[in-house]
Amino acid sequence: MSHGNFVLREPEYEALLAALRKLLTDAFARVVFLVDKDGTLLASAGDAAGFDTMSLASLAAGNIAATGGLANLIGEKEFSILFHEGERDNMHLSVVADRLILVVVFDRRSSVGLVRLRVRQASARFNDIMAVALAANDAETEGVEELTEADIESLFK
Amino acid sequence: MSFINYSSREINCKIVYYGPGLCGKTTNLQFIYQRMNPEARGKMVSLATETERTLFFDFLPLSLGEIRGFKTRFHLYTVPGQVFYDASRRLILRGVDGVVFCADSQLARTDSNEESMENLRMNLREQGYDPDKVPLVLQYNKRDLPNIASLAELHALLNRRNVPEFEAAASTGAGVFETLKTVIKLVLIDLKRGRRQ
Repeated sequence: MSHGNFVLREPEYEALLAALRKLLTDAFARVVFLVDKDGTLLASAGDAAGFDTMSLASLAAGNIAATGGLANLIGEKEFSILFHEGERDNMHLSVVADRLILVVVFDRRSSVGLVRLRVRQASARFNDIMAVALAANDAETEGVEELTEADIESLFK
Repeated sequence: MSFINYSSREINCKIVYYGPGLCGKTTNLQFIYQRMNPEARGKMVSLATETERTLFFDFLPLSLGEIRGFKTRFHLYTVPGQVFYDASRRLILRGVDGVVFCADSQLARTDSNEESMENLRMNLREQGYDPDKVPLVLQYNKRDLPNIASLAELHALLNRRNVPEFEAAASTGAGVFETLKTVIKLVLIDLKRGRRQ
């Protein structure tokens, strides 16, 4: 596992957004989020305004990490799909492209079977986009490399 | 691992507060939460037991403004300090960009501090990090209590890398923001340098 920076450029970001929007429509979901396993929100589609997206991202990552720990205890690599059923809304979490978590929130207009099917179909698309994003990750990180001590100090003024 | 989104011009970094049980990690985050401008911080999430002991983690997102056109976001996490929650600590260290080691200055907690520092180094190694290179700040907390170790003793015991260290009393806020500012600076300097491996 590399601990360098993960850089997401505009073309891949737009591609991820497009894939999320398609999944949102195809799965009749309320909202879909893409989170990395470290707990950072990458992108969302649908009505995300009513959600505390930062908390959602960190808790989704914690949820996947904790169940991954449980999986290891019984000799599994991870549990790649989690499903939480609520009274009105449900949440489907799945690991895609190894390092991302796809969170789909849906209500009675959809079903867990449909969501599972659409997520499986969308996974290949996310894999392809992430392969491109990671291949480009070694490129220059212009802007960030130019940070000076004074820039950093300016955050605290 | 920092996440830089060039499309939304955002830099996201993860900072973990580590240390033995009851050393004041959650208190640090609570003080930051109370004192930060509400526009600069999100909700604080605490996964704690009924007796207010951290069960999994506390989480506090901060947005500190822009540098070079990038919005900077820092995700602060605490780990559960109690020895038997080691599996959870390892999970929370994943993708960490900087660590605050919060030590309990009370003499009676000397062994716990040392054990927790060793545990941090071991868990960092297990996650593939070089424990001598991860941005680290030491905070000697509870300086307001009686029967505490001297700074020299704490330094000799815990600060073998000779990283920045601060005295603190997190319950009153003393030293909390100094610690936070320093770890953020170290993380950004590390980010500028790029890959650590």
